Parts: sequence; C-alpha cells; structure tokens
Amino acid sequence: MQQLRKSNVYFIVGALALFVVIQVFLSVRIGGEPIINNYWRGIIFWGAAITIVSLGLNLIFGFNGQFSLGQYGFYAIGAYVSADITYRYVRGDMSALIVVIGGSILTLLLMWGVSLLLKRFYGVHVTTLFVSNLLATVLGFWLAVRLLVPLLGPVVSTLLQALPPGLAQQIVFFFALLGGAAVAGIVSFLFGIPVLELGSDYLGIATLGFAIIVFVLLNNSDTLLPFPEMKGARGMVGIPQWTTWPWVFFSLLLVILVMRNFLYSSTGRSIISVREDERAAELMGIDVGRAKILAFVLGSVFAGLGGGLRGHDMAFLHPSMFNVIQSLNPFIIVVFGGVGSMTGTILTGFGWIIFLEGVLRLYLPDGFENWRFVIYPMILVLMMLLRPEGLLGKYEIGFLRQRLPKPRMKSSEAGEEAAA
Amino acid sequence: MKGRPESLSQEVEQRPVVLKIDELTHFFASLRAVHDFSVTIKQGELVGLIGPNGAGKTTVFNVLTGVYTPTRGSIRYNDVELTNLPSHEIIQMGVARTFQTIRLFSDLTVLDNVRIAYHRHAGYGLVDSILRLPRFYEKEAEMTEQAQEFLAIFGLEERQNDIAGGLPYGLQRRLEIARALATRPRLLLLDEPAAGMNPQEIDELMELIRFIRDRFSLTIFLVEHRMRLVMNICEWITVMDFGEIIAQGTPENVRNDPGVIEAYLGRQAAT
Repeated sequence: MQQLRKSNVYFIVGALALFVVIQVFLSVRIGGEPIINNYWRGIIFWGAAITIVSLGLNLIFGFNGQFSLGQYGFYAIGAYVSADITYRYVRGDMSALIVVIGGSILTLLLMWGVSLLLKRFYGVHVTTLFVSNLLATVLGFWLAVRLLVPLLGPVVSTLLQALPPGLAQQIVFFFALLGGAAVAGIVSFLFGIPVLELGSDYLGIATLGFAIIVFVLLNNSDTLLPFPEMKGARGMVGIPQWTTWPWVFFSLLLVILVMRNFLYSSTGRSIISVREDERAAELMGIDVGRAKILAFVLGSVFAGLGGGLRGHDMAFLHPSMFNVIQSLNPFIIVVFGGVGSMTGTILTGFGWIIFLEGVLRLYLPDGFENWRFVIYPMILVLMMLLRPEGLLGKYEIGFLRQRLPKPRMKSSEAGEEAAA
Repeated sequence: MKGRPESLSQEVEQRPVVLKIDELTHFFASLRAVHDFSVTIKQGELVGLIGPNGAGKTTVFNVLTGVYTPTRGSIRYNDVELTNLPSHEIIQMGVARTFQTIRLFSDLTVLDNVRIAYHRHAGYGLVDSILRLPRFYEKEAEMTEQAQEFLAIFGLEERQNDIAGGLPYGLQRRLEIARALATRPRLLLLDEPAAGMNPQEIDELMELIRFIRDRFSLTIFLVEHRMRLVMNICEWITVMDFGEIIAQGTPENVRNDPGVIEAYLGRQAAT
C-alpha cells in the first residue's frame, strides 16, 4: 500500500479534532444553553450544506469548465425528495422510500442495459441516447410505483418496526439522503445528455432554464405535481429535524474525499482536459460527451445530498429558498473561493454563510440587517477588481493537492538535455 | 488518381493500404474547401500534403479526424469507414494528430498532458479511483512510467512536473507530438509541425519524425508549408490548390511539375 503522507495525517487529525470540538460545543450546556446555540448550529449546518453544493458546482464549472447555473435546481430536488421520504415515513407511509430507492435502482439497471445495448453501435445520436434513457427512467419509476410498493410495502414497514426506533430512523434518514442524491443524479443525467452538447454561455442559459422549471414546479407542487404534502407555495412543513453534526460532518468529508480521489485519477484528468481544450481532448481519444456528463452528474449528486441535509435541518422547505437569485449563490462561492480550488470553495462556503447570515445579521444595528445584501455585493465587486482569480486562485492545501510523481533516474537523454 | 511511377520500389506497392480517401468533397456553406480529394497511403509511408495558404489542407485533416462531416466522399482507414464517426472513436481506432497552432492542456503539467492521452489504456475504473483500491495505485504507476518513457524519448523528462504552457515553443511542439503518440496510433497526422521553427529546429524535427516512424512503426501523413521539410523527408507528395489536387508524385516529380511551380514554388522562389 501507499505510504501515509504528512499532509494526509495532518488533514485526518485536523478533521477529527474539528469534529470532536464542535460535537462537544454542541452537547455541553452552560446555564441550560449549549455553547454553540441553535442559531449558530443552524449556521454551521447551513454552511456545510452550501459547501457540499458548491463543491459539486466547482467540479462542473471549475474542473470541467461547464458554465452551469442550474445547481440549485438539483439542490431543490434533493431537498424535496429526501424530505418527502421522511415526511411520509414519520406518518407511517413507506411508499416514498420504496419508490425513490427502488425506482432509482431499477432505473440505473435499465440505463445500464441501455448503455450495453448502445455500445454495439458506433456514433450513436444524442436523441437516441436521450430518448432511450428517458424511457428507462419512466419505466423504472413506473415499475416501482406499480410493483414494488404493493409488494415490498408491508415487508419494509414490518422490518423497520421490528428495529429499535432510533436505529430505524437513522436507516431511513440514510436512505432519504441517498434517494435525494440519486434522483438529483438521474435527473441531471437526463437533462445533461442533450444540453451538455452546448457551448459555455448557451449551457448557462439552458441550465438557468432548468433551475426555473424546478422552482415553478415546486411552487405548484400541489397542483401541477401529484404531491399535496409538499404544499406548493405555502411551503412544506412537518419534515422531521434529523440532521445532526455527525451526518453533516461525515457527508462533507465523504464529498471532499470522493471529489479528490476522483479528480486525481485518469478519469479526473480527462475531465480537466475538457476544460483546458475540448477539441484537443476529443482528439486525444477522450469521449468528451461522457466526461461532461460524468462531472455534471457527480456535481448534481453532491447538490442533492446537500439539499437533503439542509431540508432535515430546517424542518421546513419553501420554493423561494430555491429561486433564481438564490441559485447564483454556489456560483458566487465558487468564483469567490477560486475556480478550480476545492480548498477555496470549502473556506468560502462556510465563510459566506457565517459572515452573511451569522455575523452581519446579528451584529448590524437594529433595522440595518438588510444592509448585508448591499455589503456582500460590494465585497464581490471589490474582489473581482482586486483579485479576479478568487481568494485562493488554484491553491490547494497539501491533502487536496495532486501528488506529483518523482522523475525517474536520469537517463542518457536527460543528461544530453542538461548538457545542451 | 494517377498510378504510382515504376521508380517506387515494389516493396511499398505490396504493403497493405492504411488510409484510402476517395473523392472527398467538403463545403463550408457554399464555399468549396475540398473537391474530389483522393489519396491512398500504404503502411509505413511518409506522405506529404502541400499547397499554398487556404488550399484546404487543414480541412482535409479536420474531415479525417471527424471534426467535420464531409459533404461527400469516403475515408477508409484499415477498411473501416470513418465518415460520420465522432472524433474520439476515430482516435481510438489508431489515428492521432497534432495541430497547426499548439493546443496543449496548458494549465496542466507536462506529464499529465501525456497521461491524458493514455486515458483509454488506464486499466482502472471509477470505483478503483474513488476507493483508491490497490489496482488504482498499480495501474497509475504503470501509466506514469509509460508516460515518462515517452517524455524521455522526446527529451522532456526533466520537465515532467512543469506546467505545459510555460515550456519554450520548440518543446511545446515536441510535447504535442509526444502526446499524440501516447494515444498509440498507427497513423499519425502532423498538421504543419514546423510552423514557427527556425532552420536548425526544422532539422531536428526531421530527425525526430523519421525516428518516431521507425520506432513506433507509424504511417505518417503530414501537412506542411515548408518545402525543405517536405522535400527532404516525404516519399510521396500530394499538392493541393483551391481545394483540388494539382499534382501527386515523388518529391522529384513534384519539384519539376510545371503546375506546381506555377501555383506554389514559383511564387515562393520569387519572394
């Protein structure tokens, strides 16, 4: 196996220490109030959720070079899907859990079948790809509703009732987060097939269109969609508040690890090469379409996960949380922290929420709280003027940096080069 | 087009055909960029395509590598039809090319540029890399070593961790060829490899082209502007002007062809 690097040790120790410290501050009470009170707890969880979403966008925009404004659409999908699962579960209804998880698995299997089938042909057209995958999705979820719910419904509910309630809750929450992320991933895959063919600005508009569609559908989820429990523009209340610090922390850690390991692999390099020069990448034998979809889906899965965490912390979801102005937030965070820097996104993601919703909201004089929405754009303007490459540029801390291979022992060619 | 002259050795005649372009025609809207272009390249040959600016040389390469779909005509590579295939599938069949203007992945290291071209041969999947399974480390080391071997051949080994965009021009050209070769092609298309080089660098380049052809047993098809390079290394030359072939033959034949002298050499000799 590989030797442990110093920077890896520092990172792991630092992360665990942070985890323990925050957990202690959340549980130790002084005078009946935890050291980190509910308000700041919400801020930290919010910061983590936004960081996860922004890391996803950085993968799409910073590393793959695709200008996407639709990240909040996937965030919203993740939030609502996972909230629906737990909302129904606490009311004794397993259908959402079974439909989302079973439907996602069936859809992925069907999509896999489709890809095996299409592999036999050279030069498959985008339309064929899109229609066949759309059919796979519709069929997968239709089967889940018609077959899996009546078949598995009683089994799942007996199984979950047999478990201790605390454990059952954690299991359901796990699957709710997974389901939100999976649905966000499937939708982004379907949406990405036709749209990622577009060049940068066109893609931006198309993805903005997607965010608007999601917003409008959620605003009318009780009338346009068959989900009365989402209550449309009145906002979804009654979501269990299940998000805890370990869930938040380990989700964020997972996202960081997956993203790092993904980027510093051959597939990750192929994704970065698309950012550098799409035509050249294609002519190095890289399937550019596949690389773009991969980054887009993975980024959206992160967004879906972030949504699930946020929804179960707020215990309330409203479509206005996902409107067009809000949907620019991850974009601002990515650009502010440094396009193509994971460290920058993590710092800015937390910093943004802590500064904007924590510090400014609490410490601006009474009646001036809303000036924070003037202060932060001013900072953005200054930032773009003074440091357009973002706070950290492309800097990464040691753990998140690519390990550069050592040169081989000097060969005769290398010797000549040095002599010349 | 015309048959080959007797002077060419029988040995070349008997080799298998690698690339056969037949009556290739490409229009940009109503502009006819390439018209009835036909060429046959046999294994191991070094064929040049020359012509004045705007003659349609690069368009031929772009159509060949799937950047454009031709209006008419056929391109057969080892008896597989290439028209209508996307670029990456053509490359995966063993065709590689370089670009007229350098198109490196300029923010990445020299080594990564080559490793990207190796992607298809990586030998590990997403799961291996995300979970950092032993297979990942093993294959990644293998891949790095092979990429380093390529860099050593091109004298870039010392520079492996430098950012590609920061290399001097001549080295960037070399890296581009190294990167193209890392896709493990059988047919290499070089698009004006000598552009912007001084005479000494051109001499080195000629050496390099001959060397890689023998070392990797390649077939090379090159577009060039510089007569010196083409006349020196190519065994067979096709001359284009206004999208059409005006002459084909060995360097001696082409050099003495009155049409070519008028269209190309005459003008260049005058300046």
